[in-house]
Amino acid sequence: MSLEAFFAMGGYAFYVWTSYGVTLCVLLANIIIPIVQRKQFFRQSLKRKR
Amino acid sequence: MFLVPDIVVRFFHRMASPPHYYALTQRLMPWLVTVFVLLTLAGLYGGLYLAPADYQQGDSYRIIYIHVPAAWMSLFIYMVMAIAGAIGLIWRIKLAEVVAISSAPIGASFTFIALFTGSLWGKPMWGTWWVWDARLTSELILLFLYLGVIGLYGAIDDKKIASKAVAILALVGVVNIPIIHYSVEWWNTLHQGPTVTKMDKPSIHVSMLIPLLLMALSFKSYYLIALMQRSRIELLKRERNSQWVKTMILEADK
Repeated sequence: MSLEAFFAMGGYAFYVWTSYGVTLCVLLANIIIPIVQRKQFFRQSLKRKR
Repeated sequence: MFLVPDIVVRFFHRMASPPHYYALTQRLMPWLVTVFVLLTLAGLYGGLYLAPADYQQGDSYRIIYIHVPAAWMSLFIYMVMAIAGAIGLIWRIKLAEVVAISSAPIGASFTFIALFTGSLWGKPMWGTWWVWDARLTSELILLFLYLGVIGLYGAIDDKKIASKAVAILALVGVVNIPIIHYSVEWWNTLHQGPTVTKMDKPSIHVSMLIPLLLMALSFKSYYLIALMQRSRIELLKRERNSQWVKTMILEADK
């Protein structure tokens, strides 16, 4: 199978790749949000201490 | 309690103690991420490349490799949330409360993914993005239950009371879970019936079934990773006045 045919998904490229793309974004957000919150938590806790 | 050997009781107390949980999850994380990456790569390779196109649906069916595992996770995580909530209600275990509330946004995410990818699959196959049939509607109610849990928890300042309120809401919502599962059998729906969980023999070819199961395991491992991430920060916030968190803040200052 050529790379082009793979990305074309038999004409369903929009439906298939949008599904996978949005899923990736949602799953990534669930990992990134706690990391941001963690940094915020330590920053705020240190500020309060001073 | 006298029937349970002392060592077992001590084991559970140790496991459920916040600082121990915090340290343990940190050690487990790299292993879980490795397992997740391997499962996902294998599942995507099998599903998007190796598996043949469907004889009726062409390549559009490949949405199945995220749609079905996400839908399974939406139900599974709800049950974890409700059971953890119940454990928190009955035995007042702080960690159970944290697991319950930390599961809600992850469950909501998987429910959203199931609905969204289902819509993108429905358009080319059914000719519509959405129908108000039993399966789709009950899954949408599941999303609202998750959002209700998140909103309720955020609205109550005292997190001990918030956890109780959330656990009761989650437990009441459990009634929706069998409705979602059996909706395709109880009602005449546009959504197809089960193909994998049929008792006699799954009506899906093994070349499609294996990547589907790999993706299901990949999403399970992802849930563990995301749950650890969310519960760790939730634990820090709740325990901000306890000694182990204070020590950690001091360490972070260095």
